Amino acid sequence: MRWMAFWTTVVLLCLSGCKKQQGESSDIVIGEYGSLSGTTAVFGQGTHNGIQLAVDEINAAGGLLGKPVRLVTEDDEGNQDEAVSVVKKLIDRDNVVGVLGEVASTRSLAGGSVCEQEGVPMISPSSTNPDVTKDRKYVFRVCFTDDFQGSVGAQFAIKKNWKRVAVFSSSNSDYSKKLSMFFKQTFTAAGGQIVSEETYSDGDKEFKAQLTRMQSKNPDAVYLPGYYTEIDLILRQARSLGFTVPFFGGDGWDGATLDSISEGCCFTNHYSPEDPRPSVQQFIATYKAKYGAVPDAFGITGYDAARVMFDAIKRAGSTDRNAVRDAIAQTKDFPGAGGSITIDENHNAKKPIVILEIRDGKTHLADTIQPN
Amino acid sequence: MHDFLQQLVNGLSVGAVYALIALGYTMVYGVLRLINFAHGDVYMVGAVIAYELAVKLAGLNSPVWVALPIIFLGAMVGCGALGFTIEYLCYRPLRHRPRLVSLITAIGVSLLLENLFQNRRIFGATPRNLPELLVIRPVLSIAVGASHSPVIVTNLDLISMGLCIAMMLGLSWFVLKTKMGLALRAVSFRVDTASLMGINTNRVISMTFVLGSALAAVAGVVDAMRYQVDPLMGLIPGIKAFVAAVLGGIGSIPGALLGGFLMGLVETLLKGYLPAQYNNYSNAAAFVVLILILLVRPSGLLGKTTVEKV
Repeated sequence: MRWMAFWTTVVLLCLSGCKKQQGESSDIVIGEYGSLSGTTAVFGQGTHNGIQLAVDEINAAGGLLGKPVRLVTEDDEGNQDEAVSVVKKLIDRDNVVGVLGEVASTRSLAGGSVCEQEGVPMISPSSTNPDVTKDRKYVFRVCFTDDFQGSVGAQFAIKKNWKRVAVFSSSNSDYSKKLSMFFKQTFTAAGGQIVSEETYSDGDKEFKAQLTRMQSKNPDAVYLPGYYTEIDLILRQARSLGFTVPFFGGDGWDGATLDSISEGCCFTNHYSPEDPRPSVQQFIATYKAKYGAVPDAFGITGYDAARVMFDAIKRAGSTDRNAVRDAIAQTKDFPGAGGSITIDENHNAKKPIVILEIRDGKTHLADTIQPN
Repeated sequence: MHDFLQQLVNGLSVGAVYALIALGYTMVYGVLRLINFAHGDVYMVGAVIAYELAVKLAGLNSPVWVALPIIFLGAMVGCGALGFTIEYLCYRPLRHRPRLVSLITAIGVSLLLENLFQNRRIFGATPRNLPELLVIRPVLSIAVGASHSPVIVTNLDLISMGLCIAMMLGLSWFVLKTKMGLALRAVSFRVDTASLMGINTNRVISMTFVLGSALAAVAGVVDAMRYQVDPLMGLIPGIKAFVAAVLGGIGSIPGALLGGFLMGLVETLLKGYLPAQYNNYSNAAAFVVLILILLVRPSGLLGKTTVEKV
């Protein structure tokens, strides 16, 4: 008993020591959670590169409020439960001012609920499910939402003269479920016909049973709102069945091996490297100089999310979480690399969508759609 | 009709892999009465070895007909060694303890392998694609009736089914016609009596693990080519193959084959014929089939009914 009391005191002393240190911290701590490994590692790694670039830039320019910015990155391994625990860790252990993350909507919903409870502002770089920010006081995003993305996909299909479309969505991904719903709404309203609806689960590897069934309905194209790991497998298996119609989808396609197998396929995305706007081209040049590769969409959304956060801290003039939250909510005409960012009353940004098409084994910009 | 035939091909191709893994479960169970839960992870290690070899061989630009045998043999040898090591280090010291101890050790080995390979320095948690040594393409396309698309059999379907049948035949020959096979049957009949007859039981048991693991490696290589390689890929096929082994009658080699093909077929046909919104129940439904069959035939389809002596 006496020993227990002793150790409890020791632990408490340590804890209070830690807390004190953080109170007097000499830097501004920003937390990031993302899937740096796992089946959606491309998402987390691209976002992390973008965020790190923004952090390096701001520190090179003298930091924020006279203090350097320190980024704490946690890997959630693409796992929803892990996302919850790493966000808790960022808040409890690192006492972060704000949180940046996730790409996958399911994990942004999970991490967002922790931030909401703890009153920590969070900006998602590229989660598009409308529910991520719905009725949330502390959660924001710097990208478009799936109602817009789904309708753009549907209009594109109509334009391509795909009248009979099959929908193949994941039943355990909040992103895929919502995106396919919005797609179907616009597509059927515009006179298109959904000839087949099939589902899979994220993590599945064998899709031939569903593909065979879709193939027999003879669709003009297949709408496939999913993430790139499954998309790679689905495309390969479809082609090996002689099912050669175009597949098309959303921003979760970014990261897929787009080569001869995906010829004629297209997807809606946040950005295209072929975008001629100077802000985009300048971002690509800086990114290339640091990482030696052309950034994907997650790089640019991560970069913008971090910069919106820094801008808000600057305008708030403090690291008080509520002040930062209010400043994020008031973001107006912020010159992001991917376009001007204004946070609306639903905590979303209105941004243009690009449509990318795979031709000759390469991804090309087919169209840019402005939000209305 | 097209749909049904195509689903049969899809199902048999998947089932062949289950059957290959199930053979390993069944052999180990037959000899040791142990359910080797680490077996699914041996299959994963087979896929990882295939990946590493394929990357090396792709770098050397070796042609498919050279690369494929090297990959298959390499994975079989590697996994055989792993199977031997697992048995030697983890199960042998516990052989005379209650059976539950070995069972829990097996679960521990399984977790160890999964987490070890998730380490970034060894493999990492990110799935990887095999470099495309073998381009998966249709080799047979059979026009059926008025359907607009023919039934397609790919080269990988043929490889997986062909290897599965060949391995089963090879194994049957080994068990039934060789001296070592005779020893194996004797040990599976009664370990202590076999040892009194002058059979080196340790050697027989080691060999069972080596053979079973090599078969799992073949399955791992096929799935590495068909899907991707990741450290948790053995979980679900491991469970399904175990079910397949029980379904066919655990301890029976033809039973494992039958069970594996049945599992693959049931799963694919359910996915193909259940209404789309129930697609995700096809896994559960496969297990329901298992329960139903076991209710009617508790020892599995080809299992022998044994009377437990009290």
